[in-house]
Amino acid sequence: MSSSDEEQEQKKNGNGGGILDFIMNLEDVPSKLSPHLELIKTRVVCSIDAPQHTDTINYSGAYAALGVDNSVRLDSFCQNFKVEVKKLTDDDIEFDMIGIDPSLANAFRRILIAEVPTMAIERVYIANNTSIIQDEVLSHRLGLIPINADPTLFEYPDNAGGENNEKNTIVFKLHVRCEKGQPRITVKSDELKWLPNGSDLIADDTKPNAGSKPKTFTSFSCSQDSLPEFSKKPLGPTNPDIILAKLGPGQEIELEVHAVKGVGKTHAKWSPVATAWYRMLPEVVLTEDVTDELADELVTKCPVNVFDIEDIGKGRKRATVVKPRACTLCRECIRGGKEWEDRVSLRRVKDHFIFTIESTGAIPPEVLFTQAVKILEDKCERVITELS
Amino acid sequence: MDPQPEPVSYLCGDCGVENTIKSGDVIRCRDCGYRILYKKRTRRIVQYEAR
Repeated sequence: MSSSDEEQEQKKNGNGGGILDFIMNLEDVPSKLSPHLELIKTRVVCSIDAPQHTDTINYSGAYAALGVDNSVRLDSFCQNFKVEVKKLTDDDIEFDMIGIDPSLANAFRRILIAEVPTMAIERVYIANNTSIIQDEVLSHRLGLIPINADPTLFEYPDNAGGENNEKNTIVFKLHVRCEKGQPRITVKSDELKWLPNGSDLIADDTKPNAGSKPKTFTSFSCSQDSLPEFSKKPLGPTNPDIILAKLGPGQEIELEVHAVKGVGKTHAKWSPVATAWYRMLPEVVLTEDVTDELADELVTKCPVNVFDIEDIGKGRKRATVVKPRACTLCRECIRGGKEWEDRVSLRRVKDHFIFTIESTGAIPPEVLFTQAVKILEDKCERVITELS
Repeated sequence: MDPQPEPVSYLCGDCGVENTIKSGDVIRCRDCGYRILYKKRTRRIVQYEAR
């Protein structure tokens, strides 16, 4: 044994009893990490300058030396994973996803934005447009209108030059005219009229043959409103009040649009969400008692009222954390010197995600999320079949 | 054997009245005599991509 080792040995024996007591007092040594390691593993600590411990510890043997197993197990995931819906309206959902890795939460977010299909206007056939808005700009505006149609009832368009039929195309027409001597007209999205029988416009390259029907831009074999899924509710834009153009006296717009199925990664107009995002659950901990004037100061420091005053008798006050979920991590409460940094600890829970989805209206937000899960499942299955 | 060309209508630059002129005609508004006429947009269909 070298001299330095001896020194260490002596040190250990010197306060050995304390360490041993500490170890023995831990609830159960093999399955639980010590509090400071648990903090590093499960929380992002947001200090004044930068967040700390932002990475997730994925390696199964990360705590092998401490006798703690860090591997991911399906049964423990199933036991711990939770979804709690906090708010649900026609267009928005906010829910908590607890016990999931950020890579998966982010996968759902990305799939929602870019890979859940919807219907959107893709082709615009303009017969007449004498308004001041140019054909190209008008077409672009039309493309961004959310279409209230269930995309699962449609097929993707055939890009190999196939025909547009009732299974892959929805046709709308728009014909507005502002008569001379009349006041200006605002053209809104409710002017788009659904054509369940397909295109009305005659394709240019056909020769007018007597007897045969003139060729249009679509070839529907039957009317869409005869199909049971559309007969109850006509197809149209989700919002009737989107401004498309303004017409002065004597101006006219006559056009036809074709909506097809697509995904957001092709063009953002197919994205089913206005946006979808998540944030980690904030955790605010007062590491020491904050009382009296300091408590008042802390309450006024926070712009989102995370803290409140608690009466502890004899006219004394103490600050408490009442709304940690509202915390935006602005760090106002830990500004004003080292003493404030020591009083308040701002953290985020690494595996607790507050997920928000804002639907554009075509698909309800809760359905959007289940569709996103299904898409990820299909991707995983594809990988498995590739490998096997 | 082209079909008869459609008579093209023009708008007067001054009074806005619709004029139809054939080849050889004087370019002149029938209503007010103004000599600037604007051709109307044809009804030929143009296809755009909504992007």
